Amino acid sequence: MNPEVGQVALILALLLSGLQCALPIIGAWRGSKPLMATARSLAIGQFVFVALAFGILMWSFWTNDFSVGYVAQNSNLSLPWFYKLSAVWGAHEGSLLLWMLILNGWTLALVVFGGKLPEAFFSRVIGVLGFVAFGFLLYMITTSNPFLRQFPIPANGADLNPVLQDPGLVFHPPTLYMGYVGFSVAFAFAIASLLGGELKSTWVRWARPWTNVAWGFLTLGIVAGSAWAYYELGWGGWWFWDPVENASFMPWLIGAALIHAQAITDKRDGLRAWTLLLSIFGFAFSLLGTFLVRSGLLTSVHAFAFAPARGVFILVYLAVVVGGSLLLYALRAPKVTGGKSFALASRETLMVIGNLMLTVACAMVLLGTLYPLVGEALNIGRISVGPPYFGPLFLILMTPLVLALPFGPLSRWGKADLKVWRNALIRIVALAVAAGLIGFILGARGWYQLLGITAAVWVMAGVALFAIKRWREAPRGKRYPFEMLGMMLAHFGIGVFIAGAILTTSMSVEQDVSMKPGASVDVGTYDFHFNGVTETQGPNYRAQQGTVVITRNGKPIVTLHPQKRTYVGGQVQTEAAINAGVFRDLYVSLGDAIGDGAWSLRVYDKPFVRWIWGGGVFMMLGGFVVILDKRFRLQRAVEPETVRAKPEPEAHRKLAEGEA
Amino acid sequence: MNPVRKRRLVITLLILGAVVIATALSVFALQKNMTYLYSPSEVDAGKAPEGHPFRLGGIVKEGSVHRVPGSLTTDFVITDRFESIPVTYTGILPDLFRVGQSTITTGKMANGKFVATQVLAKHDSTYMPPQVAQAIAKAKEEHRIPPNAGHGGSQ
Repeated sequence: MNPEVGQVALILALLLSGLQCALPIIGAWRGSKPLMATARSLAIGQFVFVALAFGILMWSFWTNDFSVGYVAQNSNLSLPWFYKLSAVWGAHEGSLLLWMLILNGWTLALVVFGGKLPEAFFSRVIGVLGFVAFGFLLYMITTSNPFLRQFPIPANGADLNPVLQDPGLVFHPPTLYMGYVGFSVAFAFAIASLLGGELKSTWVRWARPWTNVAWGFLTLGIVAGSAWAYYELGWGGWWFWDPVENASFMPWLIGAALIHAQAITDKRDGLRAWTLLLSIFGFAFSLLGTFLVRSGLLTSVHAFAFAPARGVFILVYLAVVVGGSLLLYALRAPKVTGGKSFALASRETLMVIGNLMLTVACAMVLLGTLYPLVGEALNIGRISVGPPYFGPLFLILMTPLVLALPFGPLSRWGKADLKVWRNALIRIVALAVAAGLIGFILGARGWYQLLGITAAVWVMAGVALFAIKRWREAPRGKRYPFEMLGMMLAHFGIGVFIAGAILTTSMSVEQDVSMKPGASVDVGTYDFHFNGVTETQGPNYRAQQGTVVITRNGKPIVTLHPQKRTYVGGQVQTEAAINAGVFRDLYVSLGDAIGDGAWSLRVYDKPFVRWIWGGGVFMMLGGFVVILDKRFRLQRAVEPETVRAKPEPEAHRKLAEGEA
Repeated sequence: MNPVRKRRLVITLLILGAVVIATALSVFALQKNMTYLYSPSEVDAGKAPEGHPFRLGGIVKEGSVHRVPGSLTTDFVITDRFESIPVTYTGILPDLFRVGQSTITTGKMANGKFVATQVLAKHDSTYMPPQVAQAIAKAKEEHRIPPNAGHGGSQ
């Protein structure tokens, strides 16, 4: 198919998005049913055209159409087919197209599942999403057109960057974008409520499932990226506080805060203004992330070629979106403040503390990430801020959150109940100390290791106590509604993550060694025996492949084959070989030939490293299962606009909440 | 004070306290932990701190890479085409580390040699980190050489 058709499809989508922004919002403002009714068809139409453009770009990759510059730069005749298809989002232009497709996908999901929302509110939501889409489509068409032809047509493409030739490319960007872009839905709900001057906060309940799913995807995207970096970058780290990682981590922190703030607003009608602000900032950080990644302003593992025009456009767009939203907020939010009061020792207070720590942590990450840019602008010098800044500060900021976390679900809404806290405290301390002791008996000696075990059990004990409490107190069948189950899964995931992060950091044995064939080295309790290097051939690379036999007390464990690949484009890429396990990873990556037949090798024993991502997977599941809750099933809104925010009868509500 | 005000006061104080502590910590941590990037010319001019870690950016000089036999130590020279600084690094070099390519190293000066603890090379072999490009441009300026004289980096 013709790439020009793709470009025309994008332009048509741009026109539709302009209409999608204007017509439904005007319709909602004027109360005009026919105008409001355009929201659905415009959203569907835009999706169709963007999907068409996306399909055409995929087709261009599939058919090796090197007359398209983007394909020529990022593909190659010998590239395996699955990388050809995922190379669509392997560089700037295509990944923006993916961003757009996902935005349209979310909008389409709203059209499908949000049919029962009040018509005016729904129209405004779709209108706001139309605005977001308009900005991005304009950006794509003016600065980053993926369909540009190039002449003369090269006989073969330059090949996809070898770092990207990995299953990670198939999963990481789409899931990450699902999360990033998903926050646009919570954003659109918030803006729609401000535009409509909603006095009630019913919209928050409608927004909650969307926020949870987006956050779940973002978690998955970050986990996939972390795992990918771990095995692909060849030095076995799982988090580098790299600017681009930070860019995805900031919306994650805000998203986690937003999920809890929304819960308070939904159930207790408190923190309304705060929830609005977080909804705005969640998406603002998604946009900022896109800007940081795409502008190439910061030095990072993801750094792409520097393109000032692209950076400036997103910056202006960011300023318009954030500035406009905050202005609207300033004008409208004073009306919505208020809500039920709560006692100091209540669940709300704990959730507010958590919210504070998450947002302050986000501010801290933002400061460290942007500081190099500030330094450059002020001519202080070329500065970089690395893990020594982020790591300790993040630990300090998360400590109060982790300490408070188990008590949140156990304490009561609104009322102080110190007895509950005291009982929980005694049990949790007992369990955490017991875990520490067991760890000590099993051989954990460093104070950091013991701290990791204690902290993880501290969090998990809270989840366990909560599960027991519900089992005892709630009637059968209502013990674990999905909303609670999601909370328990996510909190449990945090415990798993803490265990993984701290134990890996404290127990890993990492060595860079030089070995001749036949030599052995001890790594922890394992013996790594190097059998030399041979040549092998892959579909689009040749590789030097090492053979390392790992034994423990003379018993063979596994034989690993780390590779050093040279791709057809001449790029060199190290492929680490990993023996993965629940309790430890054995990791070998091949360095260089350093003369006399010797090679440099990285040999690692990394205990509990999988728990880091396992914890993330639990958190993701937590975000996903929440949407199954009965609470979020929409009743058709039949009331006219003015009373549509009528809450459910109070008695029904009480029952749904339980007393947990 | 009525309970609502009291609650608001407590929450406001909590927020203020958290912000103050976080800001103080962040600024303190930033000042302790940020590292500056210098070009070889700047290091030569004595601008880099002695005994304190910094980053040295430039191009790996042609013909300067030597391995110390039987060990993981590599010696090479980083240049901005005006001044050069010898660097020594023990460990495994990144895939894209090559002569004539730009790189950023982190470490300290010791006895006129830069002892690197980390060597970074970018994943895109035609790509020069903006910081390195700037450092080289700045070195050019300071040597008062028109932009097209000298070698222009790794394009």
